[in-house]
Amino acid sequence: MKRLYGAGPLHLLALLACFALAGAAAQRVGQDPLRLRYAVWFIGAALAHDLLLFPLYALLDRSLGSLVRRRRVPDLGSVNYVRVPALLSGLLLLVFAPVILQRSEGAYGAASGLDQDPYLGRWLAVSGVLFLASAVLYALRGRRA
Amino acid sequence: MTGRRAVDAEVVDDGQHTDDAGPSYGAPAALWRTLERARPPLPVFTSPVRGPWLTSVLAAVLLVGLPVLLVTGLLSYAAYEPRLGGALPADPGVLRLPHFAWPTGPSWLYRVNQGLHVGLGLALVPVVLAKLWSVLPKLFAWPPARSLAQVLERLSLLLLVGSILFELVTGVLNIQYWYVFGFDFYTAHYYGAWVFLGAFALHVFLKLPTMVRSLRSRSLREELRTPLARTVAEPPDLHGLVSPTPGEPTISRRGVLALVGGASALLTLVTLGETVGIRATALLSPRGRSYGDGPNDFQVNRTARAAQVVAAGDDWRLVLRGGPREVSLSRAELLAMPQHTAELPIACVEGWSTVQTWTGVRLRDLAALAGVPEPSRGTVRSLEQAGAFAQAVLSGGQLGAGDALLALRVNGVDLSLDHGYPARTIVPAAPGVHNTKWVREIELLA
Repeated sequence: MKRLYGAGPLHLLALLACFALAGAAAQRVGQDPLRLRYAVWFIGAALAHDLLLFPLYALLDRSLGSLVRRRRVPDLGSVNYVRVPALLSGLLLLVFAPVILQRSEGAYGAASGLDQDPYLGRWLAVSGVLFLASAVLYALRGRRA
Repeated sequence: MTGRRAVDAEVVDDGQHTDDAGPSYGAPAALWRTLERARPPLPVFTSPVRGPWLTSVLAAVLLVGLPVLLVTGLLSYAAYEPRLGGALPADPGVLRLPHFAWPTGPSWLYRVNQGLHVGLGLALVPVVLAKLWSVLPKLFAWPPARSLAQVLERLSLLLLVGSILFELVTGVLNIQYWYVFGFDFYTAHYYGAWVFLGAFALHVFLKLPTMVRSLRSRSLREELRTPLARTVAEPPDLHGLVSPTPGEPTISRRGVLALVGGASALLTLVTLGETVGIRATALLSPRGRSYGDGPNDFQVNRTARAAQVVAAGDDWRLVLRGGPREVSLSRAELLAMPQHTAELPIACVEGWSTVQTWTGVRLRDLAALAGVPEPSRGTVRSLEQAGAFAQAVLSGGQLGAGDALLALRVNGVDLSLDHGYPARTIVPAAPGVHNTKWVREIELLA
C-alpha cells in the first residue's frame, strides 16, 4: 500500500471522506443554473490569492526593503515604520473595498436608506492616523538612539 | 538523502509516524522521477522568519477560531428555521442539519451568535492571510508530488484554501451588499461551509501532530523576548518552510505575531461597534453609520421605498386567519388591546444589531383572539409584494413567547414607515429578517 500509494490506508480513507463531502456539496450546487459561477469563485479565490495578491504584496515589500538597503548605514528594522501602516491600511482597503470604493450604492441604499459617501474619507483618515503614528514613533526612536 | 526520506514520511504522516520512511516515490516511480527532473524556474523564498514554529502558532489560532466560525454559521442556518421553509438553501439533501426548534431566549442569542460569526470572521482575515503567507513556499515546492498520496493531499489543500477564501470573500462582500458574485449568498455560504468542514477536519487529522511538535520546538515566552537583532532563521526543517537561503531579517517573529494580532485588533475596532452599540469607533463597518438621535433613528434593513410600500391609511386592517372565523382589526383596535413592552434586539445575519424598546400586542394574544390559542406555526405576511422576506413563518414556540410582539410603537412613539408602520413583528432571538415589517396578515395553523 505504502509503496504503491505513498501513504497508509488511513490517509487514503480520510482523503476520500473529505472528497465525498465536497462532492455532496458540489452535487447540490450542481443543480443551480449558476453552478459555473460557484466554481469560478471557489477556485478563483484561491488563484487570486496565490497568483495575484501574494505576488503583489511581496513585490511591494521587496521594493520597500531595497529602499532601506540602499542607505549608507542600512537599518533593516526601519522598514517596518512604513511596512506596518501600509499593510494595515492595505488590509482595510482589501476588506472594505466595496463600501470605500462605493461599489454597492444601490443595494446598500435600498437596505439602509443611506449612502456610502463617508467611507473613502474615513479610510483615508484611519490610514493617515496610522502613518502619522508610525512617523511619530520613528522620530522618537531616532531621538533616543 | 535521509532528509528527503524524512520529508516524505512527514508529508504523508498518517499519525503513525515512524523512522522507517519507506520508498521516496510512490508508484509509478518513473513518472515522479521524471517530474522531479523537469523543474521549471520557480520563485525563491528568502524570508528568515518563515518556519514550522511560526506557521504552527498561526495554525493554533485558526484551530480554535475557524471551528467557532463554522458552528456559529451552522447555528445561524438553524435559526432561520429550515423546517418551516425560512432558510436557504431550502433543501440541502444529505447536508441538512438535524432539526431542532430555534429557542426564543435569551433574546440576545442570535445577536451574540451573529456578532461572533461576523466579528470573528473579520478578525481572522489577517490570520488566514498570514498563515497562507507562511506556507506559500510549499505551493511552489518541486516536485509537486512524489506519489498519488501527495497528489490527493494537494487536491484536498485546494479544497481547504478555496473554501476558506470562498467563505471569507462571500461573507465580506455580503455584509457590504456587493452581490457581484451573482449566486445566492446564503446557498453558497452554506455549501462552502460543508466543503470547508471536510477539508479542515482532514487537515487537522493529518497535521495536528506536526503542529504540536513544531510548537514544542521553540518556547513562545522566549520568542516574545527575542528582538530583531537576535532573530535568526529556524533550523532547516523537514517541511520546506524554512528558506534554504534566508535573507537578513527585517522583522522578528514576535514582530510578525504583533502585526497579525494588531491587524485583527484594528479590524475589530473599526467594526465591533455595529454589534455592541458603540458606533463611534465603527468607522468602516458597513452598518456603523448613525441615523440620528430620534426614537426611530436606528438601523433600517429594507426601506419602505425599496419595498415599494406606501404609508397605510386609516383603512388598514390586520387580518388574522386560521381560526373558526377571520378576524380583522384596525390599528385603533390593536392599540386598545393589552399592550406589552419589551426591550429586544434586531440582529442581522450581517452581524450588526440594535436593541430597542418595542410596544405592542403579544402574538399569543392575537392567536387566542383568532381562535387558535396554541398554534403550531404561523405565517406573517407583509404589505410588501416582492422580496425574499415579504413573509416569514414563525414556529409555535416563537408565537407563544412572552415577549414576541406585533409591535405598533418603538421607544414610546409610533413606528416610522421604514421600521414597519403600521405594525411589525418582533420576536426574541429570531434573525432580523424574520421580524416582518408592514404586517397585513397572520395566518395561524393549529
